[in-house]
Amino acid sequence: MKFAGLIVMPAGFFLSMAALVLFPAAGPRTAFILCALAVEIVGLIVAVRGHMENRQPDAGDVR
Amino acid sequence: MTPVNGQTSLTDAAIVLDLLLLILAPLAIAGVALVNVGLGRSRSAAQALLGNMVIIATALIGFALVGATFAGNMGGAGHVLHLAGKPWNWLGEGPLFLKGIGNAPIQSQLEILFEFLAVAMAAIIPWGSGADRLRLSAGCAMAAVTSTLVFPVLAHWVWAGGWLAQLGNNFGIGAGFLDPAGAGTVHLLGGISALAVVWVAGSRRGKFPKEGFATAMPGHNAVYILFGCLIALVGWLGFNLAGASLWLHAPLTSLPVTALNTLLTAAGALAATYTVTRVRFGKPDASLCANGWLTGLVASSASAAVVSPIPALLIGIAAGIITPLLVEVLELAVTVDDPSGAITVHASGALLGLIAAGLFAPKSGQFLAQLVGIATILGLFLPLVYLLFLALNRFVPFRVDPDGERIGMDLHELGGGAYPEFVIHRDDSYR
Repeated sequence: MKFAGLIVMPAGFFLSMAALVLFPAAGPRTAFILCALAVEIVGLIVAVRGHMENRQPDAGDVR
Repeated sequence: MTPVNGQTSLTDAAIVLDLLLLILAPLAIAGVALVNVGLGRSRSAAQALLGNMVIIATALIGFALVGATFAGNMGGAGHVLHLAGKPWNWLGEGPLFLKGIGNAPIQSQLEILFEFLAVAMAAIIPWGSGADRLRLSAGCAMAAVTSTLVFPVLAHWVWAGGWLAQLGNNFGIGAGFLDPAGAGTVHLLGGISALAVVWVAGSRRGKFPKEGFATAMPGHNAVYILFGCLIALVGWLGFNLAGASLWLHAPLTSLPVTALNTLLTAAGALAATYTVTRVRFGKPDASLCANGWLTGLVASSASAAVVSPIPALLIGIAAGIITPLLVEVLELAVTVDDPSGAITVHASGALLGLIAAGLFAPKSGQFLAQLVGIATILGLFLPLVYLLFLALNRFVPFRVDPDGERIGMDLHELGGGAYPEFVIHRDDSYR
């Protein structure tokens, strides 16, 4: 789960780069970059949820 | 933000002032180190402070031997990839081992000195998140990776004519990614490294029991924490003013306003955190107020040089409101054990400052440039740093064994405590 989120995050980065190349106009470029950031945030949330699922209560152990 | 590599654009007065400011900047590192120590436990205090020092030493050596080459502040053209008709400067190139730095233009020398201090700051941030459980050797290994692989690449992109700095020239987006004092390059990178450390090392034993809330493990010395904040303010003034002068080529006449903005952001953040904790808990919380102060300073790293005083105050207030709420969410809802609050302070403060710099900067399109920079650091460097630390953990185990954690890092790693006259006792957190 955590790795799934961490794989999604670079996808957001590449989307933001694609926006720079593909959309010269400010409007579509801004929208695309905001979408890229949204993808990264989703990835981060998935990674954080994965960390919570891996938690061993009372253990404080290495995951 | 397009620095002019290899050309001296500073007056003699600016050179002297920048040098003096950079001499003050290590106080920010000292302040953060003191806060890290104070927020940890008394039985790990000496190891925590020694850890900060060896991490700084490792980071400086690593950056001198390898990192400065890739950061590329000594005039090399850099490795440029041409894509879609645009040049993308990905990696700096410079002489190994700082060869010839004495003959480099004074601007380049000052830029490299700034980066040395910045890499030291970036390297100690995750150490506070791993307090009371990370080995000294792990701290050194993390610092080596940060200073040789991760930080130099980002520093080149942002400060040395890399593709983020050239967003304005190549794509017409504002003035490129604005980060004059390292909010993204140092603090956001440090904050996500702190998150990676917490994920790799895990939480302290007994922090999250089977039932009920997370166990409170308060810092052992509020005086260290608060005094560290005051020291950090001086160092932050050095960082912010030197950064504005070196990377934005701000005239001397604009620097007093930058200093004023730094003070106002920190003051607004402290006032807001004080008020929030006073309302929420009935009394102000010293450690949260300290974290709020530092969050304000981190936010000022991005914004102080490009906004006017009232927005600076508002940025500080926003930072101060976010801090106690995010600390609580991370600990209680997300079960992230971050003793120093580094993720909240450095990552969220940096994000806030970078976004605010985009909103309040005079040049149009700046907001978009800031978003691209944030997307780059968050989307590329968080997974990269996590995977690097995960791999590193195979060779240099991050976490101390359970017995070492029980007796404290001082006795386990150093053979003696920071406070030998104190009786170290078993506390209630071990259930």
